[in-house]
Amino acid sequence: MTIDGHYDVVLDERGTVCPMPIIALAKQTKQTPEATILLLADDPAAASDIPAWCAMRSRVLIAAGNAADGHGQAYLIAPAQDSALDIL
Amino acid sequence: MNPASVGPSDTPDPQVPAGYFDAASTLPLRASARQALLAALDQGFADPSRRYHDARRARTLLDQARESVAAVVGARPDDVSFATSGTQAAHLAVLGLAKGRGRVGRRILVSAVEHSAVMHAANASPDAVTETIPVDAYARVTRQSVDEAVAPGDVALVAIQSANHEVGTRQPIDEIGQTLAPHNIPLVMDAAQTLGRDDVPTGWNILTGSAHKWGGPAGVGLLVIRQGTRWRSPLPEDLHEGGRIPGFVAIPQIVAAAVALQEAESERHEESDRLRRLTMRLRNELPTLIPDSVVLGHPDDRLPHLVTLSVAYVPGEAVLAEIDRAGFAVSSGSSCVAESLTPSHVLVAMGALTQGNIRISLPPRTRESDVDRFMSILPAIISSVRESLGAGDL
Repeated sequence: MTIDGHYDVVLDERGTVCPMPIIALAKQTKQTPEATILLLADDPAAASDIPAWCAMRSRVLIAAGNAADGHGQAYLIAPAQDSALDIL
Repeated sequence: MNPASVGPSDTPDPQVPAGYFDAASTLPLRASARQALLAALDQGFADPSRRYHDARRARTLLDQARESVAAVVGARPDDVSFATSGTQAAHLAVLGLAKGRGRVGRRILVSAVEHSAVMHAANASPDAVTETIPVDAYARVTRQSVDEAVAPGDVALVAIQSANHEVGTRQPIDEIGQTLAPHNIPLVMDAAQTLGRDDVPTGWNILTGSAHKWGGPAGVGLLVIRQGTRWRSPLPEDLHEGGRIPGFVAIPQIVAAAVALQEAESERHEESDRLRRLTMRLRNELPTLIPDSVVLGHPDDRLPHLVTLSVAYVPGEAVLAEIDRAGFAVSSGSSCVAESLTPSHVLVAMGALTQGNIRISLPPRTRESDVDRFMSILPAIISSVRESLGAGDL
């Protein structure tokens, strides 16, 4: 299954291994904190580490699935919605 | 002066090098066990099944070892058999129950965080289907998840460890035993991390363990099968150890294992309180010293001697190498450390961060000053590994 959804930035980390995909994700997040990021990775650790990192850094993993070109996986990561602001 | 750094148990065991923080993997032989081993090599060499003086002496040593181990695990001496390793014991526990209960059920239910020996035995059981019972974020199986897993019936056995070997969380074995008993479903409990270190739960039907983890010699495992359990050996017929473990019995090693367990038990209460305070300090202080790190496992209901931490933006392998250079031995469940290059199935099952994984497991008589020194070197190691990957300021 491939994933759909809007994104602002693509990070292609296929071919790199743990912890490089997460470092790339954290760097991009620091540069563009409001951006939704499509991260492509084929490191087996990424499947666990992306959701765990998102929980640690208050990001949201919106979707995960196979990359559109069939090589590796795709992860769609967005800033957390600030629920307090929503209430205001 | 901190109270934990004084007192008789502050003397490091001469066999355990300072900075050896990998007790969950193995311990060096205790001095008392070494003495017992040497004595029993002379006094316990004979075939215990024969009818002469030396044979009777060997048999007496074996009987005494069996009785002393039975008392520790809460079983009858006849239930206890000595395997050649914890792995062999785990294999035989699962394969033998699957065989003995093949006509009752075909499903083998194992927690998602079992030791690989249990997983592999389940997968190797002919005619059986292995299913995993999920765990929560602390790596804990809940009674409810066991209820749901057994509900469809056709269950040969359930295998759940006493406590997790990678993150230290205890499993609610006694509760699970109560769930299974009315259905007459046997519970296999891998107690490798618990024996000699923590209270042994009672709700099991088969218990397995490994002597080198409590300071006994390598080459001795425990396979304890409670009376009435439908277990049948999956191996060719052999009369040793009640027909459970094939081959000539290693009496000197077994005697040494029993002596080591006895000693571990006798010092355990005092020692586990002390180690628990040290591991609690590590749990509380390391995340404040290292940004973007997380301690894993249950905060309270846990083994006394084990702490696990995952650190973002570092490979476990590089961190272990630097920790080694600083004089400490720890282990890791990160993918780069594994031969398979996949992260530990325990960390994956609990949804934990797998990178920069560090398991610290304290041997008996660990000095607080060594724990302090470890906490003083680790933050700088993490910073320098992060810097080297351009991840110094994330």
